[in-house]
Amino acid sequence: MENETELRKPKGAGGYVLIAVSAIFFFVFLILPLVTVFQNAFSDGMLPYFKAVMDVYTRKATLLTLEVTAIALCVNTVFGLFAVWAVTKFQFQGKRILTTLIDLPVSVSPVIAGLMYILLYGRTSPLYPWLKSHSIHIVFAVPAIVIATIFVTFPYVFREIVPVLETEGTDEEEAAAIMGANWWTIFSRVTFPHMKWAFFYGIVLCTARAMGEFGAVSILSGHLRGLTNTLPLHVEILFNEFNSQAAFAVSSILVIIAIGILIVRSLLEARAKG
Amino acid sequence: MKAAGLAALVLLTGLLAGCGYQAVSGNHVTLINVSYDPTREFYESYNKVFAGYWEAKTGENVSVVQSHGGSGKQALEVANGLEADVVTLALESDIDAVESAGLIDQGWIDELPDDSAPYTSTIVFLVRKGNPKNIQDWDDLVRDDVAIVTPNPKTSGGARWNFLAAWSYASQKYHGDEDKCRAFVKKLYEHVVVLDSGARAATTSFTGNGQGDVLICWENEAYLSLADSDGAYEMITPSVSILAQPSVAVVDANAQDHGTADVAEAYLSYLYSDKAQEIAAQYYYRPVNKEILKKHSDTFDLTMKLTTIDDFGGWDEAQRRFFADGGIFDSIYEH
Repeated sequence: MENETELRKPKGAGGYVLIAVSAIFFFVFLILPLVTVFQNAFSDGMLPYFKAVMDVYTRKATLLTLEVTAIALCVNTVFGLFAVWAVTKFQFQGKRILTTLIDLPVSVSPVIAGLMYILLYGRTSPLYPWLKSHSIHIVFAVPAIVIATIFVTFPYVFREIVPVLETEGTDEEEAAAIMGANWWTIFSRVTFPHMKWAFFYGIVLCTARAMGEFGAVSILSGHLRGLTNTLPLHVEILFNEFNSQAAFAVSSILVIIAIGILIVRSLLEARAKG
Repeated sequence: MKAAGLAALVLLTGLLAGCGYQAVSGNHVTLINVSYDPTREFYESYNKVFAGYWEAKTGENVSVVQSHGGSGKQALEVANGLEADVVTLALESDIDAVESAGLIDQGWIDELPDDSAPYTSTIVFLVRKGNPKNIQDWDDLVRDDVAIVTPNPKTSGGARWNFLAAWSYASQKYHGDEDKCRAFVKKLYEHVVVLDSGARAATTSFTGNGQGDVLICWENEAYLSLADSDGAYEMITPSVSILAQPSVAVVDANAQDHGTADVAEAYLSYLYSDKAQEIAAQYYYRPVNKEILKKHSDTFDLTMKLTTIDDFGGWDEAQRRFFADGGIFDSIYEH
């Protein structure tokens, strides 16, 4: 018994140094910045905090961020499920290329993604006259923000589920098919239960990423106050207006949402293991 | 399947909501003013006054949506499809860029008085409290111990004025000897520690992040920082600077599309009214109305020697010579 506790204690100076380094690292890079956000948000007291949070532009930015995130999430969930289904349950030509392409958005810088869509849908694009004549506004309007967010969060749901289903194989589905189940039954009764937790986890990651997207959205938004400003852009604008208390107050909304998402994530992980 | 259907529906409504932006609806008109960084506070105030004026005159309710950023970047966004009704940018050549994209009719600069620049400014220095590095004029900026903050002339309109102001000083000091001017300005840019993309970002680097000993900036921006700082900074007016004319123009193609041409024109002309000129002075822009300018002579140092863009042969020429790819700025800023 005594030997066991001995083993768990760090041995010698080296162990303590390592622990101290990680603790300091953790404190300096994670805890301190978080504390700073809230400290600055409340630096002028409760009233200015709520004034900043309830400001009409902040509310519009929050609504826009939630709307964009919801749309991106729906699209990527549906797409992710289809792609996962295709990749893990069927053999076909070009499968490898497809899985590589799906990963592209995480390796491309969001700024490049933004510029890409400007070139594709902006005024200099061959598509623009057609879009214009049908009064479809894409760049510097909400659709571009949605498209950019979908792009940067593209692989998350897919990436989470694929490993789970790959280890699963296709035996159970084949058995169900032989017994006469239709595809919906196979999916909802056989495939989905296996990947349920991975699926929710993917959704959580996708949401977190969508909420915070700055680079691509910044290029495509046009920064129109009250129309195309998402929360992260609004924070930047407030900060640039020398209004750092309000900037941090609005940041705290994002931080609170992020903490909420993390809690959901840990709960999911606990459920998945248990 | 249900989920897919629901998702498609949500997507569709979302996209439609995005497309549903309408400039004119009933008695309400929305105007998009794409501007540059330091005008935020000024236009916030002016928009209210203009809304009151326009409602009294026409009974129409107008709300103005603002967008701010580096002037060059803003011009590019308008050229790329940002639906601005009016552009109020840092300099003529940025509006020219929108004109060459085919969105603004030629000859816009003569549409309004004073080269379509309803307010002007100049370039000054902001230093830290007590002026510890004793910075008085451009010469002091190239001393070894001085670190400078100024934005990038490639992306920022204000930064181009800064560059030209420095060049004006050098040009007077060396009686127009181009090699010596070039060497002076090169030396000056070697002392730049942060080269931000916009004027406001540069101010934030200097005030918020404590970078550098001196910020080269707009006079109005310097005053805003002073007002905000409880005496942490001081403003220094150099002996020579440049008359910066931030120009304004209606984006004709967009305004016609939106049916906002009338209100857009009125929005810009009203900038010349006494009331708007007073607001400009209040936000530390030099009013073009001489009497109102004189009234504020304790704010604006009227003894500074100010060159104008015409001394550089106009913006086309200055742009080509200094800031275009391969121009003088490129040649001095290559390390």
